[in-house]
Amino acid sequence: MRVGVFICHCGNNIAGTVDVARVAAETRKLPGVVYATNYMYTCSEPGQEEIKQAIQKENLDRVVVAACSPRMHENTFRKTVEKAGLNRYFFEMANIREHISWIGEDKELNTNKAIEAVKMAVAKVMNDKPLYSSSFKVNKRVMVIGGGVAGMQAALDCADGGLDVVLVEKSPSIGGMMARLDKTFPTIDCSICILGPKMVDVAQHEKIKLYAYSEIEEIKGYVGNYQVKIRKKATYVDWTKCTGCGACMEKCPTRNAYDHFNFGVAPTRAINIPFPQAIPKKAKIDPTFCRQFTKGKCGVCAKICPTGAINYEMEDEIVTEDIGAIVVATGYGLFDLDKFPEYGAGRYPDVITGIQYERILNASGPTSGHILRPSDQTEPKTVVFVSCAGSRDKSLGVPYCSNFCCMYIAKQAILTKDHVPDSQSYVFYMDIRSPGKGYDEFTRRAQEDYGVKYIRGRVSRIYPKGKKMVVRGADTLLGTQVEIEADLVVLATAVISAPGAANMAEKLHISYDTFGFYVESHPKLRPVETNTSGVFLAGACQGPKDIPASVGQGSAAASKVLSLFSKDMLESDPAIAQVNINACVGCLKCVKTCPFQAIKEEVLRSGKKVAKVIETVCAGCGVCTSTCPCGAIQLQHFTDNQLLAEVNAICQS
Amino acid sequence: MSVSRKGLKDMADKEYAYYSGCSLEGTAKEYDMSLRLVMKALGATLTEPHDWSCCGSTPAHTVDHVFAAALAARNLAIVEKMNVHTLTTPCPSCLMVLKKAHLGMTGDESFKNEVNALLDEPYEGNVISKSSLQVIYEDIGLDAIADRVTYAFPDLKVAPYYGCILNRPPDIAQFDDPENPIAMDRVISALGVEVRDYAFKTECCGAAFGVPKRAMVNELTHKVLSMAIDAGANCIAVACPLCQQNLDLRQEQVNRTMGASFNIPILYFTQIMGLAYGFSPEELGMDMLVVSADHLIRSRMPIEEYRKMKEAEAAQAKKAPKAKEAKEAAKTEES
Repeated sequence: MRVGVFICHCGNNIAGTVDVARVAAETRKLPGVVYATNYMYTCSEPGQEEIKQAIQKENLDRVVVAACSPRMHENTFRKTVEKAGLNRYFFEMANIREHISWIGEDKELNTNKAIEAVKMAVAKVMNDKPLYSSSFKVNKRVMVIGGGVAGMQAALDCADGGLDVVLVEKSPSIGGMMARLDKTFPTIDCSICILGPKMVDVAQHEKIKLYAYSEIEEIKGYVGNYQVKIRKKATYVDWTKCTGCGACMEKCPTRNAYDHFNFGVAPTRAINIPFPQAIPKKAKIDPTFCRQFTKGKCGVCAKICPTGAINYEMEDEIVTEDIGAIVVATGYGLFDLDKFPEYGAGRYPDVITGIQYERILNASGPTSGHILRPSDQTEPKTVVFVSCAGSRDKSLGVPYCSNFCCMYIAKQAILTKDHVPDSQSYVFYMDIRSPGKGYDEFTRRAQEDYGVKYIRGRVSRIYPKGKKMVVRGADTLLGTQVEIEADLVVLATAVISAPGAANMAEKLHISYDTFGFYVESHPKLRPVETNTSGVFLAGACQGPKDIPASVGQGSAAASKVLSLFSKDMLESDPAIAQVNINACVGCLKCVKTCPFQAIKEEVLRSGKKVAKVIETVCAGCGVCTSTCPCGAIQLQHFTDNQLLAEVNAICQS
Repeated sequence: MSVSRKGLKDMADKEYAYYSGCSLEGTAKEYDMSLRLVMKALGATLTEPHDWSCCGSTPAHTVDHVFAAALAARNLAIVEKMNVHTLTTPCPSCLMVLKKAHLGMTGDESFKNEVNALLDEPYEGNVISKSSLQVIYEDIGLDAIADRVTYAFPDLKVAPYYGCILNRPPDIAQFDDPENPIAMDRVISALGVEVRDYAFKTECCGAAFGVPKRAMVNELTHKVLSMAIDAGANCIAVACPLCQQNLDLRQEQVNRTMGASFNIPILYFTQIMGLAYGFSPEELGMDMLVVSADHLIRSRMPIEEYRKMKEAEAAQAKKAPKAKEAKEAAKTEES
């Protein structure tokens, strides 16, 4: 066996704290190693060329590169050795950057550790077996989860590109957060006027199949061949009959149902259509408030419905869709007022959130676009906006900036002046963050043309005094305490991950950060991919994002799906589990532990019961191998022997 | 011999080491008097630790945390030897330094060693400190508080004032809500006394700044008093000697310097409890208040008398025109 080892400097990233020359020198002494060298940038073209030449010249049959994480460049080097005529699995990578040089400062210790890491990789590569991938067919249908602006954009782009699209939306209508907004910054154009046509396009596109008021129940399969179970939640209204006339909503005697669309600004009916432009424009019963469900009698809507669409007996329905790729666009959530005890924790009706104020400003909102404060329905003359309500606050677990609040506060302050010309708005801010195109001009306009008073400082307390809400805060530029007697206070509450985001990530087998936002494959270079192939991200599910960024990502995700589907066949990863039927005792524990349902029972001709791995479904996670009591199931490229060789390499020296 | 296991446990539960702190021997004597009476009435035994010393209060921890913890821990070490597990103190300032020393020493071995090096007897971390309000609210409970009531106050409307550190910082206080506390509200409600909710329950009273910055404290006191009065209160209940002093003693000062005319009694919540339990004003040290509470004391009436009065009122109300009631009922049905 002839192993070649290439130690990368990665500029100063590795060479700064690891003596790479010594690592190479020590490596040369290892049994099996016939060639070892160090190079400035092994991943560069000349670096790869050097590997190829060494393979030819030194007649190498195994290659180890000690450099960065295999996540970065394993694929690069596999291709390199393959081009030089080796099997791509006769290659190992020792991570001496993330695991060693970046985390330790002591050069001596780092160098020793790097030598050990290389020893392990060499031991592993000498035990590697050649593996060959097979190819499989791709189902060229895509599923988009979430019908907000990002998901709609992704769905439309995919559909326009000729793909069949399954769009799944949790709430009764598509449109997401954008459908709730009044105007959009920095152009002050009507949000629903620009979104509405897109929503109609989605509804009318022959390639898009829309499941509204539906949730993802289960996802099975792998890139190119997913089976997704979708739960169509019971609406208690037969949508094939419902015409969206709204007669039921008008006559419904329950007037105190929580209005999810309006974020509880005003109550709604127990049967309702969320908003006039809803797609689909269909009614839905909320059984937590409906008298037919809570008291067992009423039936008004059933009597009034001209098409007989009401069905109190309706149950959830599970449907299965076969698809080949998934775009996740599940959006974001917002902090609720209960997070702010110092601002009343929701006890004061005239302290509201930004999204609630958006509904009050909106012409189709509960006040028909007249600014009226919730407590007494009077027009507020003094409005105070509190930015960073929760954002950039470690104590509340949100150390990050919510991205778009500075902008929407400026917009809402401008709109307040437009609606109530004799009003005065104040904004308490930490920093004004407006780095988008035309954004800074916009916040300046709020201050200079609309007379919005910006106070740099935090608000410590909000309390009622008569009919006013007193907002007490610091003016850090003047170095004084300020108190403003406001009629209405709007909190720009922090953007958080969507409710259930972590749960969805587990179903998708994608990773999420501590805040519940989904993690992209690379923060700069693979912004819409995930580490699960075939699953792409769009919009604020990946992090707080405004409309232009969400739309951009929606299109980007769609283009990734289109390029994935440009091939008819995909290559499978051969690093999957394999059963040695001679050793298998047929206990089938592995069937139970496999998180992907990739193992099934098989009866051999001899009548012996054994486990069988479904190659295309296995994700190579290795859970089965540690479950198996007799070592009969082995993960290819990570077999017990290969891993033990690594352990021996460092324990026997 | 016949004492049941449960009985033993109950008795053990209601034994407390009582760390009164310095204020309760001086400016807040009436807090001490009323608390001891009320605790006794509720079946709790308070034992004063022998040779207790200054808790360190605010001055010590502004200078040196180890020294501050040592002052507090000296007392905790004494209590540890007393074979009672719980210390109670009426003073929020004492409570804070005692709890801070305890949490600091139990959470950090090296800090504990540093502190114990300054002490003759080491503190091992086995004492739980609770405010007297917490003991009354949590250990004794609202039912027991209500059971003991013998007098009613038909006209009394109390705004409970917690001050800044009784519930804060939350990680140290570990009791009630830091922004909207309710323990004192509930205790006073349990006495059958009307409680008024207002926004300044935890607003700063000015604390010890009355000496260097009197004008500022007057302004803060003014705010608290007017918010309580705006909420319809005719009495403020407190649980802190310093709060009591700023609101009571300085009322005249506020009136003089800020052109106000406050005349609202500031009672320790234990004094209100004592009055409801039938103790005499003298026993409760009511004469030590600066703003007189005499009219409130005079308004109390034995609970039976009060019940009879209420029954008579209810009977009167029944006679009122039934047509009106019927009309209202019809209205609610319509909607």
